[in-house]
Amino acid sequence: MTYAFFPGCSLAHSASAYADSIRLVAERLGLELREIDDWNCCGATAYFATELLPAYALVARNLALLDGDLDQVVTPCSLCYVNLRRTLQALGGGGNLRAWVDDALAAGGLSYRGAGLSVRHLLDVVVNDVGVDSIAAKVTRPLYGLRVAPYYGCLTVRPGTGFDDPEQPTSLDKLLRSLGAEVVDFSLKADCCGGHMSLISAEVAYPLLRRLLQNATDQGADLVVTACPMCQLNLDAYQQRVNRHFGTSFRLPVLFFTQAIGLALGMSPKALGIGKEIVPASPVLENRWSTEAPPAPARPQRARRRARGTSLPMRGVGDR
Amino acid sequence: MDHTPSRLFAMIQAGLRDEVLRSNTPWFCVACYYCTVRCPQEVPVTDLMYALKRLSVQQGLCGQVDGRDFARSFVGTVERYGRSFELGLATRYYFTRRPLRLLRLAATGLGMLRKGRVGLRPESIRDVKGLRAILRRARALSGAT
Repeated sequence: MTYAFFPGCSLAHSASAYADSIRLVAERLGLELREIDDWNCCGATAYFATELLPAYALVARNLALLDGDLDQVVTPCSLCYVNLRRTLQALGGGGNLRAWVDDALAAGGLSYRGAGLSVRHLLDVVVNDVGVDSIAAKVTRPLYGLRVAPYYGCLTVRPGTGFDDPEQPTSLDKLLRSLGAEVVDFSLKADCCGGHMSLISAEVAYPLLRRLLQNATDQGADLVVTACPMCQLNLDAYQQRVNRHFGTSFRLPVLFFTQAIGLALGMSPKALGIGKEIVPASPVLENRWSTEAPPAPARPQRARRRARGTSLPMRGVGDR
Repeated sequence: MDHTPSRLFAMIQAGLRDEVLRSNTPWFCVACYYCTVRCPQEVPVTDLMYALKRLSVQQGLCGQVDGRDFARSFVGTVERYGRSFELGLATRYYFTRRPLRLLRLAATGLGMLRKGRVGLRPESIRDVKGLRAILRRARALSGAT
């Protein structure tokens, strides 16, 4: 499976652990991620907030740089994902936009071929193209004993990505379960971390971060696993500031989902970039990560309903 | 945030053009798209907030708003290197706009630095010239349309 890869700016430094773990895990899972040569920033929220046509042209340059034999762009960054997707959609949407963007790209000696391209989040590709079962079959060191809060954030699943539910997504839950982890019921899993507000306004961002950390802690999570560089940065790097601001004492390490996969596949934590997080994951991994499968949770005994010959129309449900 | 989003939309319907474009409310929107997927009337709230931000900048009605300053710093960084440069962006934004807050955030920055998560030098794309030409042309076209 070969894809054009758009890493996004954060993977160079603030999310370098994501980059480390993606490289290792992609190879093991048989994903060939071919980085788009000389790609540029997607503009984050800044361009779309100030000027529309330059915003589209900025993103379109990346699509124009795609190798001719590739038609799927994969990105691990949820903000890049939304910008690439929205641009692809707008360029195919009729009106004059396509002609204007073509005109602008021509000024830089580029052209955009258009039709047949798609943009995917890395989580989508891992869960749906590689497949949860295929990953589970490769697990050598299951994440037994770890209670994990799956954190999607906003832009991994919104607006309407098609690969998961925009409000109650489950793909990361399934993936983590297949790695042997215990997934806690994290009801704020698709709520916002505040994005760039952590830099601009503590008054806006810190309460958002606090409620996420509180919800995950209340559910007994040992760690948070996410699929977005901005979410990781905010929850991890600002956790101590949130603690100081509210007098709380959260201590929740935040890892990338590719790091979780790598651990379960028996890779070295250091090679996966574990240790780069500000709230260290090592105490949790040392104390909670067990080699033994937890006992199966006692399921409440319910009287089984038997399908009777006369029952309609739910056959096959009661007689499982 | 000087108006709630629903009040802002009511003001649009009431034709209060300048008041709407002077509002700082859109700049508090981080574009999480929750309202967009949830609105029973399928109002694309996030896209409208983006449109209001752009209009307020274009019409010169946008006041001193942190979100706007930040966007300007970000655009400046991308225009120079073709990539975002987090350290440069943060220092540029704070030095010019919020020097006092820089001190408060220094501890967070140092923690990141120690973990090797801060790039000290910007990474530039090879064809910055080409990128600038594309953006220049796009701006010329926006002006003409």
